[in-house]
Amino acid sequence: MSPSMALRLNHALPGEHRDRLLRIGREVRFAPGARLFDEGGRADRFWILRDGTLALDLHVPGRPAPVVETLGAGDLVGWSWLYEPYVWQFGAQTVTPVHAYEFDAVAVRLMCQDDTAFGRAVEHWVGRVLAHRLRAARTRLLDLYGPASGGGAP
Amino acid sequence: MTNLPVPYRVVARRPETADTVTLRLEPVADALGDFAPGQFAMVHCFGRGEIPVSVSSVQSTGGLAHTVRAVGAVSAGLCEARTAEVVGIRGPFGTGWELERARGRDVVVVAGGIGLAPLRPLILRALAEPEAYGRVNVLIGARTPADLIGREEVAGWRTAYTGVTVDRPDEDWRGDVGLVTDLLGRAHLTPSDAWGFVCGPEPMIRATARELVARGMPPDRIRVSLERNMRCATGHCGHCQLGPLLLCRDGPVVDWQRAEPLLSVREL
Repeated sequence: MSPSMALRLNHALPGEHRDRLLRIGREVRFAPGARLFDEGGRADRFWILRDGTLALDLHVPGRPAPVVETLGAGDLVGWSWLYEPYVWQFGAQTVTPVHAYEFDAVAVRLMCQDDTAFGRAVEHWVGRVLAHRLRAARTRLLDLYGPASGGGAP
Repeated sequence: MTNLPVPYRVVARRPETADTVTLRLEPVADALGDFAPGQFAMVHCFGRGEIPVSVSSVQSTGGLAHTVRAVGAVSAGLCEARTAEVVGIRGPFGTGWELERARGRDVVVVAGGIGLAPLRPLILRALAEPEAYGRVNVLIGARTPADLIGREEVAGWRTAYTGVTVDRPDEDWRGDVGLVTDLLGRAHLTPSDAWGFVCGPEPMIRATARELVARGMPPDRIRVSLERNMRCATGHCGHCQLGPLLLCRDGPVVDWQRAEPLLSVREL
């Protein structure tokens, strides 16, 4: 299984845990330009995209919020809901029409507390998503598309 | 093939980005042999030297196009070349993409930065014969929107899916932001029955090929274009050696089954 496929809910959670999670999710739709959350807000929900594209952004005073990453079908939107202080670290806005599963973060955290196996599986899944995004961010820092460094360029 | 530069005249010059130019060339007299997509020429800038550049267009008239990024003295000289100036060309050299082997199957083309230029003739050839190939997907990654080459042309390609992503968007960018490998999940293809063609920075090639293999694409159906210090281009000087390969002769296009173990060796 590919690294990015492993992050998809279908592969990331064992069947029974996935079914439990999906039972408390609800389907939602957003128009392009809809704001799902803002940096600094209370992280009380999260989403799994079924269709569409969404941009994660960062507030920079005095200018439009720069986009740091876009997410698409199958991606998890939001991880701050799982870790204290449960505050969004970025903002999120839809780019295209979005169809997603929405989850109540408090309810999922309670399920994690009540069922440690379920909790471990969810933490493992979200941790892998975070690791993937950290790796992607570090790779982009390398500026691979820029001119090769070092001498001898012809 | 000749080992002496053959004069070609610059008949058109199109700036692609701030540091990248596409030169359209026509032979002054006799043309060199036919170039296949993926092959390269040694392009001579008189008074400065020569560099290897893959063909970004192949014309039936014998004309060529090369997309050159100014990163050193020779490439900067070529980028400054004006219409009617003459450059020297040696070639064709190396291996091509061999798109024809993908007939009847889905195709995914993954380009990083200026890596789109060597893939362009392959894409055009696949799109010109829609009945011959399955679904054609093109995924492009670049540093910024300003670093994307051929934006208008790419927008006109009738593919099953075209994805474009950048590392650093500007305020006007409405497209994707992130790694090009993250677009693979949106491509319309059956990986186990598809071919992949990849060109770009080596870490991007590695990540893309590994992702394709993990999704079920056989390694011998992934072709990557590798870059080393090509000097003679005839397999004699050894500057472009990668393990047992001389990339000017055995490359630049190599199948992933062969390339993967070589790119895993730190000393190479």
